[in-house]
Amino acid sequence: MSESVLRVADLVKRFGDFAAVRNVSFEIRKGEILGLLGANGAGKTTVINMMLGLITPSEGRIEVFGQDLASHRIEILRRMNFCSTYTQLPGNLLVGQNLNVFGKLYRVPDLDRRIDEVLDLLEIGHLKKRVSGHLSAGESTRLNLCKALLNRPELLLLDEPTASLDPDIADKVRKAVKRVREEDGATMLYTSHNMRDVEEVCDRVIFMHKGKILHQGTPAEIVSHFQEKSLEDVFIRVARGGELETAKPID
Amino acid sequence: MNLHIIQALVLRYLYLYTRTPVRLVELLFWPLVHLLVWGYLTVFLQRHTGDAFPYEITFLIGAVILWDVLFRAQQGVAIFFLEDVWSRNLLNIFAAPVTTADYLGSTYVVGLLRAGVTSTILGVLSLVLYSFNVLELQWYLIPFIINLLVFGWALGMISTALIVRWGPAAETLAWATPFFIQPFAAVFYPVDGLPPVMQAFSKALPCSYIFEGMRDVLKDGTLPMRDLVLASGLNVVYLAAAGVLFVSVLKTARDKGLLTKFAAQ
Ligand SMILES: Nc1ncnc2c1ncn2[C@@H]1O[C@H](COP(=O)(O)OP(=O)(O)OP(=O)(O)O)[C@@H](O)[C@H]1O
Ligand SMILES: [Mg+2]
Repeated sequence: MSESVLRVADLVKRFGDFAAVRNVSFEIRKGEILGLLGANGAGKTTVINMMLGLITPSEGRIEVFGQDLASHRIEILRRMNFCSTYTQLPGNLLVGQNLNVFGKLYRVPDLDRRIDEVLDLLEIGHLKKRVSGHLSAGESTRLNLCKALLNRPELLLLDEPTASLDPDIADKVRKAVKRVREEDGATMLYTSHNMRDVEEVCDRVIFMHKGKILHQGTPAEIVSHFQEKSLEDVFIRVARGGELETAKPID
Repeated sequence: MNLHIIQALVLRYLYLYTRTPVRLVELLFWPLVHLLVWGYLTVFLQRHTGDAFPYEITFLIGAVILWDVLFRAQQGVAIFFLEDVWSRNLLNIFAAPVTTADYLGSTYVVGLLRAGVTSTILGVLSLVLYSFNVLELQWYLIPFIINLLVFGWALGMISTALIVRWGPAAETLAWATPFFIQPFAAVFYPVDGLPPVMQAFSKALPCSYIFEGMRDVLKDGTLPMRDLVLASGLNVVYLAAAGVLFVSVLKTARDKGLLTKFAAQ
């Protein structure tokens, strides 16, 4: 593993007097898939939105591809992409039309071929001429992912990409994500409430709780650090506020 | 400004209209209703007042057509934003490599297209139904249209800025904003028909000079050049002020997380 693609230092986000993100620092190295875990409201989506320039940090610094996000937002966004449960592609347009628009926004070369490639990768090639708004929840999640992969992003932010997928499709999505990392060397930040996802996909995991980072390490390290049987047990304990009893100091 | 990006954003809009032709109804229905109402009022007044009326009464029809240019341009800008809110696509656009200038440029193009479509159709219909030829405005038509387009864009940016700031509850501003100014805009009556306080407002709006100018041209075949210059000058001020407002509201939105709140609606 080599240079860091994303570096976040002392990130703070306050909404009024509520701190949603508190002194978060971490980095992701090239080709790494980092899982961002934590209970509802832990601040995961807020961190991701700050990386996309949708929310301005109250304090701290975000550096992507060695450049400061605040001053190089557009250049950086061109080389990254995201997929989130909180967004959809316009429901009135056909699947192919939506991908065509976003492909042009990201200036994807040889766009027609690329559209077919990403649709095939997520096994929804047959939906290209369908109206996006008529897709099932799982199909539209995969369409979102297609949009996120169009420009072969060097950094991919995935906010709960497997929410609403059945186990079979969730498995296919995990495989697709890993394939993208292998073939394109993409670096990823991945949030999920599905611990199976995280164990299978992520090289390293960060646990957030009430806006702070509690612990980071490989899934196995985290499990042994908290002296639990599985990541899921760790999650439940952290979410219920029991982390402080046995957890070692955060490194 | 990047033309490729603008092209892509406008393409999305064209897809929307070709995919859902029922939207064309919205584009045509209201202007058509206005044209019929004001058109037949004109016919009625022509029949009963004859020469007693100080203007060519047909100016009412010209007013409908020119007002629609302003209104459509404003709508193009304001609905552009709302369209993404409604389809939960807002964050996809704002997290894509699209600068504020690209974004605004695309809204202008959509405003221009909307205005172009309806005013062309209204122009033809008014000729067929009421023998009113908008080309009677001669070459003045060009600066008239440009000024109304620009003012419509400025109003559209102001509406959008207010919607971003106050959230979806303020959505009706997208339709209401032009009508806030309509009473002062001298569309269907001259500025000096207004009480003095309202006249002051009127004189601060670029479009009042255009509607006054239209009546002058229909009556005398010419207009005071000063009015065109004033309208254009005011327009530059409005467009710049609206741009500053839009950019500062976007900054506030990023600080307060307003864009992501829209997505959560
Ligand atoms: N725009 C905003 N204004 C005010 N508070 C906000 C805003 N966005 C997020 N918050 C608050 O910040 C906290 C963190 O929210 P965030 O969405 O980042 O959590 P999350 O970890 O993604 O949770 P989930 O697992 O439910 O998606 C929450 O308490 C939320 O209410
Ligand atoms: Mg979230």
